[in-house]
Amino acid sequence: MVLEVRTTEQGIALDLTGEWRALAYRQFDSALAAVDMAGARHIEIATARLAALDLTGAWRLREFVLQAQKMGAQVTFAGTPPDQLRLVDETLRPIEAAAAAAAAPRPVKDLRTELEELPGETEDATLTFIGRRTVTLWRDLSAALAFLGRVSATGLGALPRPRSLRPTSITRHVYDTGITAIPIVALIAFLISVIVAYMSAQQLRNYGAEIFVVDLVTIGVLRELGVLLTSIIVAGRSGSAFAAEIGSMKLNEEVDALQATGVDPFEALVVPRVIGLVISLPLLTVIADLVGLVGGAVLCASLLHIPLDEYVSRVSQAISPTTFWVGIVKAPVFAALIAMAGTHRGMQVSGSSRELGRLTTVAVVQAIFLVILADALFAVLFLEMGV
Amino acid sequence: MIYPVLEVRGLVNRFGSQVVHDGLDMDVREDEVFGIVGGSGTGKSVLLRSVLGLQRPQAGTIRIEGHDITQLSGAALRAVKARYGVTFQQGALYSALTVLQNVQLPMVEYLEELSECARDELAMLKIRLVGLPAEAARKYPAELSGGMIKRAALARALALDPRLLFLDEPTSGLDPISAAEFDELMLYLQKQLRLTVVMITHDLDSIFRTCNRVGVIVDHKMETDTLERIVDHPNPWIQAYFHGERAGIRLKVAHGA
Repeated sequence: MVLEVRTTEQGIALDLTGEWRALAYRQFDSALAAVDMAGARHIEIATARLAALDLTGAWRLREFVLQAQKMGAQVTFAGTPPDQLRLVDETLRPIEAAAAAAAAPRPVKDLRTELEELPGETEDATLTFIGRRTVTLWRDLSAALAFLGRVSATGLGALPRPRSLRPTSITRHVYDTGITAIPIVALIAFLISVIVAYMSAQQLRNYGAEIFVVDLVTIGVLRELGVLLTSIIVAGRSGSAFAAEIGSMKLNEEVDALQATGVDPFEALVVPRVIGLVISLPLLTVIADLVGLVGGAVLCASLLHIPLDEYVSRVSQAISPTTFWVGIVKAPVFAALIAMAGTHRGMQVSGSSRELGRLTTVAVVQAIFLVILADALFAVLFLEMGV
Repeated sequence: MIYPVLEVRGLVNRFGSQVVHDGLDMDVREDEVFGIVGGSGTGKSVLLRSVLGLQRPQAGTIRIEGHDITQLSGAALRAVKARYGVTFQQGALYSALTVLQNVQLPMVEYLEELSECARDELAMLKIRLVGLPAEAARKYPAELSGGMIKRAALARALALDPRLLFLDEPTSGLDPISAAEFDELMLYLQKQLRLTVVMITHDLDSIFRTCNRVGVIVDHKMETDTLERIVDHPNPWIQAYFHGERAGIRLKVAHGA
């Protein structure tokens, strides 16, 4: 028990006992809520037997007193009121008084109202929303262009001095984004070409044209699938890594430290990543192409009974001199897009770890979107060129 | 008899072959401000992490209000953790939450029966108590100054009205005036709320202003005494610390007063 209630001639007397501490809130809260104040004109509170009263307890007691006073009861304390109550009262009263003075006709405002009147997020009307988004989009676009310009300027400016291109750093990024990605890229390329071959074999069998499965796999993998899938995997792996690495360096003020030392963070952090990925993505694409063709061969041999030598000769018939290069030429462009989306978003991180997570997500989504958009543009370009 | 709020006996912490603590004893009494002092790398933070239950020591007992936290786990450990408040050196405010939400988080975790309205008011009470303006409640940690972050962290540490408060370098990174204000605030709250404060600090001003007793970590153990007596301890590191050039002026002031 934390509360004893006695009925007296004028009203009721409360005797608080035990520990009124935050962790026992449930007990004294329900005990106070259960006190029947109806008709009581005088309430006397005794606190002498309290073992402990903390601010949470004092606040709840004060709420009770205010409520009782509002109902017309007179509240007194047996002895002096506890210090904690005075502390709560002193902290809260100025705010409540100020709030009451500011809005005289209204009832006394409490902290809760003050809290709600703080400037918070307001809901945008549709037009405002569209306007805001347009401006944000425009700013984003110009920031991206500025970033591209700065990376190009830094990269080209460093060309006469190859040492400032940081070969060690580039090597590390080629290793991180390229070599370590080989297993997953190879696995995906193998599986996708098997799936393509299997699906097309089922359709082409109807016409007795199974041999064209080889053409489909070869052209599909070399021109589109190899480079596209590799780029998407790398966007997920390395685009996010770039954004997160640079972003946490920003949060840690490491980027500021670089700048203060006189090192251009674009030269030290951004350009090596871009160059590293531009080197590694085409190489990964070659691997994906090779493994894709192997996957097609495995399926053709096992399911369609096309022997390996026939498969190879069919492949060499199917490809024109440009087929392989049409795929591979896209890789450096995709690599630059992925690397720049990652590093750009990383450099935008400021303030909080939530921002880091948000921008890492944005980096990956944008990298994949840009890769697919660029692929579509390439398709149109190659169509016009007739290759 | 004065009942020790925190009692550490024979604490041993080792990382590989590196010995950090070897039989460290520490007693913190009720209602005192206890300062932990030690050179860099002597294991002040490791001591704090052990006491908070963030890492298990190799040997020794750590009793918080009588509960040996080295033997506890799960719900029992959680219950002990609700009894103390901590502020970390960099504030460690949750950056995705506003100051108000930061203060409310322990309440949400431990006091489910608290209504949303009561939670708001109690959190605002704590925010005002540490001297933050009401507008700060809606701000995110990234929008606060260093001094405000320290105060917000203190408000969060006080969310559940603990009796025991751990402060890890509460005045580091503050200018001397803000640091003095923080010390005054801490002393005020300590008296008003009858808190027991354990404070890791390097700030000599802060030690002389606030601490009743000081524990110095030397040779993997702790030398504890009142502030007046610890300054005369024969250990060379303690002598250098309290009688070095930086401390000289303050000692004169402290003894003259």
